Amino acid sequence: MESLELESIDLQKLSVRQLNHYLHHEIGTTSPSRVEILNPNGLHNIAVGLDAPVRVDVRGHGGYFLGGMNRQARIVVHGNVGWSVAENMMSGEVQVKGFASQCAGASAHGGLLFIEGSASSRCGISLKGGDIVVGGHVGHMSAFMAQAGHLVVCGDAGAGLGDSLYEAVIYVRGKIHSLGADAREEPMAEEDYATVGQLLSRTGLDCSPREFKRVASAKTLYHWNVDADQEY
Amino acid sequence: MCGIIGLLIKPESKRSRLGEWVTPMMDCMGDRGPDSAGLAVFSPVGDGPLRRFSLFCGQPGFDWTELGKAFERDTASEGNLSAIENHGRLVSPIAPESLEEWLSREFPSVHLLSTGRSIEVYKDQGHPAEIAERYGFAGLAASHCVGHTRMATESAVSPAHAHPFTAGEDFCLVHNGSLSNPWSLRRRLEKRGVDFETDNDTEAACRFLEWRMREGESLEDALKAAFIELDGFYTLLMATAGKLVLVRDAFACKPAVVAETEDYVAVSSEFRSLAHLPGIRSAELFEPVPEEIYSWSL
Repeated sequence: MESLELESIDLQKLSVRQLNHYLHHEIGTTSPSRVEILNPNGLHNIAVGLDAPVRVDVRGHGGYFLGGMNRQARIVVHGNVGWSVAENMMSGEVQVKGFASQCAGASAHGGLLFIEGSASSRCGISLKGGDIVVGGHVGHMSAFMAQAGHLVVCGDAGAGLGDSLYEAVIYVRGKIHSLGADAREEPMAEEDYATVGQLLSRTGLDCSPREFKRVASAKTLYHWNVDADQEY
Repeated sequence: MCGIIGLLIKPESKRSRLGEWVTPMMDCMGDRGPDSAGLAVFSPVGDGPLRRFSLFCGQPGFDWTELGKAFERDTASEGNLSAIENHGRLVSPIAPESLEEWLSREFPSVHLLSTGRSIEVYKDQGHPAEIAERYGFAGLAASHCVGHTRMATESAVSPAHAHPFTAGEDFCLVHNGSLSNPWSLRRRLEKRGVDFETDNDTEAACRFLEWRMREGESLEDALKAAFIELDGFYTLLMATAGKLVLVRDAFACKPAVVAETEDYVAVSSEFRSLAHLPGIRSAELFEPVPEEIYSWSL
């Protein structure tokens, strides 16, 4: 296998702004295809807005918005992340080996976010077409108002799953604490098994698509119902 | 926004390092709350009748020596007074109500920040890093502490509105969030004889919990009542002489992260303020879940 050129950047020596400037402007010209970030120490906005086909390894724990707005990069975090990892991702891939705090993958338009551990509340909030796979559990209000894309949860889901869901589809292997307004469990069809199987195969997680339940929108909130008396 | 921090050091041999470990936590969380800050530290004053009183006076150049002399003369109580800038620290066997009564009569500009056999509170207006420097937080030795960096959203920026808030003895609370029913809570407590010092929402939560404890409940049971009674957003970090307690409201909008090693339990709004702690790479790290009571005892 061809060895990759590796650039190592230490965030105890460079600021996040300098790191991101480098990732935005110099990748592709000097062309290292692989960048390693040392001592992330929970700093915010690491590797945001990447638009180059680079692999980024973050060696430690990241802060808020890590990998946000990603377009082309594959980012692997060897640790945990704070709020809103891969928020508004357009395409590409972000993998978190530890756990993710709130709002993981918020409003992601595309790409794959893979969290090996658990994700906290509001995972996949307002998802707009991206795919999220969580190896562990997700917290309350996950996939709130999710519009398109998939959330695959190998563990349990917290309270209010899929509240006010639009066209995104949620697959849960474990227990669902409770469903949010207008979310309902539906039978799995062959295409659901195929979707889950395809997403799981991209992560290497070893579970069977047959073990998952499908949650989707009942669509009762799509139109205003004057007789509903605001009781949903 | 606001930042909260807390640290409990397990082995006695490492408690001399509390200030050294917690000061960078506070400096870092200054990003979340730059207008004022405070720290409550706990270390037992010893058995016997002595109590620790933390005093604050906002008058520049206030003569603490004069207060110390007047205290011994007027109250016939022994008192060991030391002071740094706006803060005085009195160790004395005097009853808290007698001290309060004497202060309001003789030195009405001096406020009693905390009372107890273990607690000591520092709080002031200004950037947290500057406050930590001013009061020498880095040199503090104690078993545990809670701190706060404030970005005021709800009531005035003043030393009195800075956290931690205290009520009763050896109890304090810091809060990230905002309550929407502090005034109804306050009216109910005032009818029961509870006095307030500020118009701050956090003070209502602090006095509510202390009132429940005074009525005989444990802090944990008082918090179960608080989950029903407190309306709003909160991550609350509390300490008593023997423990550190953390809760988040049902929505858990306000962040918190916990790191535990064999040497310490550290709590902060954000991981980055814990990154300097020894052994953090192998610490057990987790995010507290909503409406769960986390309690760590000495």
